[in-house]
Amino acid sequence: MIHRNSLTQLAAGLRAGKFSSVELVREYLARIEASQPSLNAFISITGAEALAAAAAADREIAAGRGGPLAGVPIGHKDLFCTAGVRTTCGSRMLGNFVSPYDATVVAKLKAAGAITLGKLNMDEFAMGSSNETSYYGPVRNPWNTDLVPGGSSGGSAAAVAARLVPAATATDTGGSIRQPAALCGITGIKPTYGRVSRFGMIAFASSLDQGGVLATSAQDAALVLREMAGFDPKDSTSVDVPVPDYGAALDAPLAGVKVGLIREFIDEGLDRENERRIREALVVLERLGATLREVSLPNLPLSVPAYYVVAPAECSSNLARYDGVRFGHRCKDPRDLQDLYRRSRGEGFGAEVKRRIMTGTYVLSAGYYDAYYLKAQRVRQLIAADFKRVFGEVDVLVGPTSPTAAFPIGAKTDDPITMYLNDIYTIGANLAGLPAMSVPCGFVGGLPVGLQIVGPHFAEGRILNVAHRYQLETDWHLKAPERFA
Amino acid sequence: MYDFALLFSFAFPPMSLTRAQIESIAHLARLELEPAEIPVYQDSLSRIIDLVGQLDRADTAAVAPMAHPLPGLTQRLRPDEVTEEDRHECYQASAPQVAAGLYLVPKVIE
Repeated sequence: MIHRNSLTQLAAGLRAGKFSSVELVREYLARIEASQPSLNAFISITGAEALAAAAAADREIAAGRGGPLAGVPIGHKDLFCTAGVRTTCGSRMLGNFVSPYDATVVAKLKAAGAITLGKLNMDEFAMGSSNETSYYGPVRNPWNTDLVPGGSSGGSAAAVAARLVPAATATDTGGSIRQPAALCGITGIKPTYGRVSRFGMIAFASSLDQGGVLATSAQDAALVLREMAGFDPKDSTSVDVPVPDYGAALDAPLAGVKVGLIREFIDEGLDRENERRIREALVVLERLGATLREVSLPNLPLSVPAYYVVAPAECSSNLARYDGVRFGHRCKDPRDLQDLYRRSRGEGFGAEVKRRIMTGTYVLSAGYYDAYYLKAQRVRQLIAADFKRVFGEVDVLVGPTSPTAAFPIGAKTDDPITMYLNDIYTIGANLAGLPAMSVPCGFVGGLPVGLQIVGPHFAEGRILNVAHRYQLETDWHLKAPERFA
Repeated sequence: MYDFALLFSFAFPPMSLTRAQIESIAHLARLELEPAEIPVYQDSLSRIIDLVGQLDRADTAAVAPMAHPLPGLTQRLRPDEVTEEDRHECYQASAPQVAAGLYLVPKVIE
């Protein structure tokens, strides 16, 4: 039952010689293969490479060497470039793209000793909240395979929830780490903007994208995040701030920690049973010594409209590079250059991606730029100012991660707005660049519910600490779907 | 006789974006759309633009636009030194069509 170990336990067990990395990798690869028909969490499985890397890790460990994650299996969301391995972004556009280099995140985790088992399924180009827009088929929720796992990091979340890997890298632009964490009953963290390098992390919206990790506990997430984070000269938006030892700060007691419940998040959109789970979680935090109060961020309800100008605008720019010339999908027999561009892009991109590219093109176009894009950027400033103001009164903010638990595949695909509203509670932290997490806090109708924790810039240690103390007091994070337990 | 067009327009309010606008946007974005798809995108893009219209509720007269979330972040520069090697063969291995180190495209100049 090796998969019942946390990542922290696996790392310690490897160092103590309780099991070998090759044994772990064999076990997890078998679980992955068995799960593919029902979950479809992986797009590429790198079995041979993983076994070779595991054997090398075992030799390092035996020689008393090896990094903090030596021999530990991991999965990467399929928008992190992995040298020599297909990197598809869940899209037909990059179906044949074998990356010539490793993303900084991939290289850092490799240097720490982690073993890549494969590339994880995702909404196409990270655009979605349900993992239904992937060219490679939807991912299914391990708690109930008729339901979505959330998105865009649906494959990463499903894989961790089903204990196919102890942790997975993921990205969050509008909620794509936190929302799947909530829907799959696991722990996810989106760090501060600039904390984790975006070099080799295929871009969707450059002022919002941030790489992070999904795991089964805050303790495990802290261990992985420490290896992922750090200044990278190859990313011009990377911030040169030292990375603390997130693990060392986890156990600090919560006595005196000021927690603010975001009033605007308890709205008509929030399922009433979900609200009860959130309030029960807040009672636990108070029992742990935190003081709770309500705070107001009056501009926060404008998060979704602001995001659906800024993110599509940035995506329309970033996805202009997919032109069929240097890499990616190219149409057959292009008549001329315009035909090459139009048909390569028309064929290579799915409907949601095209929708967002066109929205972005429109809001940036002559005559509309001021009314939409500049306006959205000003509203973004207001939202960021609201957060800054309340962080003068409280240490962390809490609220729901998602308005509902997991919903059926196909239920929300008719109207894009219905799908966009899944991110109503998560988007604010992306607009303001703040670190934010989701931790499991109970069940509604047998399906997991997530509690969101948001901190000020570079307060990853603080929010991980609150999450960890909560997880010492509760056991929601230890629950796994019956089929995969 | 009834003016069906008039009755129709009461039941279904005009969409924010016209078909011609969708075609123009698709051209700017270099996206080939099937004719049958155009009304579908017209509908969904119109809904998105309606959603985005909520931004007008905010009084932003005295507010500066925020291009990225970290205050004080400026473009970092590096010394003007050559640091990269020629790896074009490696980078072009994924290219659709190359010859003699050049990316092949349909003739541009008539």
